[in-house]
Amino acid sequence: MIAPDWFRDDRLPHIYCTGCGNGTVINCTLAAVEEMGWKRDETVFVSGIGCSSRAPGYILTDSLHTTHGRALAFATGVKMARPDLHVVVFTGDGDLAAIGGNHFIHACRRNVDMTVICMNNHIYGMTGGQGSPTTPAGAISTTTPYGMSEPAFDLAELAVAAGANYVARWTSYHVKELTKAVAAGLQTPGLAFIEARTQCPTNYGRHNKLRRVSDMIEHLRSHAILVQKHDRLVAEGKPIPEGAFTVGELVRRNRPAMGVQR
Amino acid sequence: MQGNAACAEGALAAGCRFFGGYPITPSTEIAEAMARRLPKAGGVFISMEDELASIAAVIGAAWTGTRAMTATSGPGFSLMMENIGYAAMTETPCVIVNIQRGGPSTGQPTRAAQGDMLQCRFGSHGDYSTIALTPNSVQEMFDLTAKAFDLADRYRVPTFVMSDEIVGHMRERVTIPDAVEAGRPRPLAEGALPFEGGDDGIPGFAPFGSGRAVHVSGLTHDERGYPDTTDPEAHDRLVRRLVAKVESARRDIADYEAVNPDAETVFVTYGPPSRTVEQVMRDRPDESIGHLRLRVVWPFPEFALKVFPNARTFLMPELNMGQMVREVQRHVDQPVISIPKIGGELHTPTELVRALEAYR
Repeated sequence: MIAPDWFRDDRLPHIYCTGCGNGTVINCTLAAVEEMGWKRDETVFVSGIGCSSRAPGYILTDSLHTTHGRALAFATGVKMARPDLHVVVFTGDGDLAAIGGNHFIHACRRNVDMTVICMNNHIYGMTGGQGSPTTPAGAISTTTPYGMSEPAFDLAELAVAAGANYVARWTSYHVKELTKAVAAGLQTPGLAFIEARTQCPTNYGRHNKLRRVSDMIEHLRSHAILVQKHDRLVAEGKPIPEGAFTVGELVRRNRPAMGVQR
Repeated sequence: MQGNAACAEGALAAGCRFFGGYPITPSTEIAEAMARRLPKAGGVFISMEDELASIAAVIGAAWTGTRAMTATSGPGFSLMMENIGYAAMTETPCVIVNIQRGGPSTGQPTRAAQGDMLQCRFGSHGDYSTIALTPNSVQEMFDLTAKAFDLADRYRVPTFVMSDEIVGHMRERVTIPDAVEAGRPRPLAEGALPFEGGDDGIPGFAPFGSGRAVHVSGLTHDERGYPDTTDPEAHDRLVRRLVAKVESARRDIADYEAVNPDAETVFVTYGPPSRTVEQVMRDRPDESIGHLRLRVVWPFPEFALKVFPNARTFLMPELNMGQMVREVQRHVDQPVISIPKIGGELHTPTELVRALEAYR
């Protein structure tokens, strides 16, 4: 276990299913937080509702487990009222992109100084595997029994377009890269958004021929292409592999930010 | 000064240093005043993307120990309901001002109503109790807004200033005191748990950054704040305490004026209909007519009705279709007559005199 001092031992056992990717993302995040030398008393974790959003409850800091979709609005209040506190938000694809979509784009626009980590498992996991705004086209879920017919959101591109100062995407396979990306996000003044694609073997993999955890992680690994490679393929007029998604740092910039401690 | 401006001044005097809001008629002047004044007072004004976000930001700010408020009207108030329940469940001290307008839906943006009186009590799902204040003058917009912060902090509960377009846009003389009472929540004692009620049911407060690692969740939680969502006893213990800490303190929270306690016919009012009753009573001095005016409507001070032992009839003019009548009726044996008025205008003295003659 990374950063053992940051865990609430008295909350165990946790609610995550066997093979869930969320624990990996929590570990990567805490490793990055510890690398920053932040103190527990100065760090606040905020979340909404869903599997991802249970994460702050296992971390030994002040934390705000809020209502579905609203984590970023709550976090904005915390950070604007106390800019000296470090604010990290855990969210998921349903929480952030569906019910919380409006708060997502406005938090990026405001560029409030906090780090937002989205555990994107492409499904509503907590409620048993319904299709979300990031469920890939054709994927089977309990509410898309004939295959997802809607196009999916690209969360990282959305954050770039909306104005976040730092945006990266990795997966629960890319542990080192994800940790580095979170650390870069924590260091960047303004809003840092890190999309961490994670496996949900219980409610996604089971319905989509990815029943084994290793199959899901392999799926994430094999479909991730570095953003630089993606751009090179595009420049060379070559096709992008079917089902591929970009990983890497999508933006790092210095737009004016709010809530930055002077 | 205008009522809405007095509301903002009252908030500032009480030490409010965070306002999260969204423009909505007829409350907008409060946000505008806070936008002008807060940055100069070392506070934060933020215009959020909607009312769901406004109340969320207010709750977030409140957990840093900052006095925080929002102001809205019917449609925005409806949007806030889920997070008002969250504030009740998490015992977050915050102030929500509702400058009521005609509803339902978009209704009458520029006309007054008292149509949200039950919504402020029951609008979010589940059982809980909150505090609601009802000013009837510009002075009371100042006084009761300031007081709302005190009550919110003392009882760790979202507190409402349930005003309306008439008082919000009314202009009257205001006396601003040098200082207002500004008690803060009792600090979380060493060794105490963050959601442990103690004798009065009110936990000590450890704002974020004070080193107590408080986990705040809208899930049913134990005294440590840890989710415990399946144990019937844990839920029973928590929710009963949330309700009891407010209801059992209703004598301390109560604020009302009683005129002519020997009266046989008693007007019961809150907010601006009281102004018409006062006019009627000035026009025809008569000790058989009484007036109970509530400045705190929730928790409902049923004992105030007993101030009138000779009462034969209670008359309730309200700017709604009789929302508070049933609450009054369930505490008294005498008939409680509703004098409803909707559409946005106050009752005229003539209308109340007619009611008086019909029912006394």
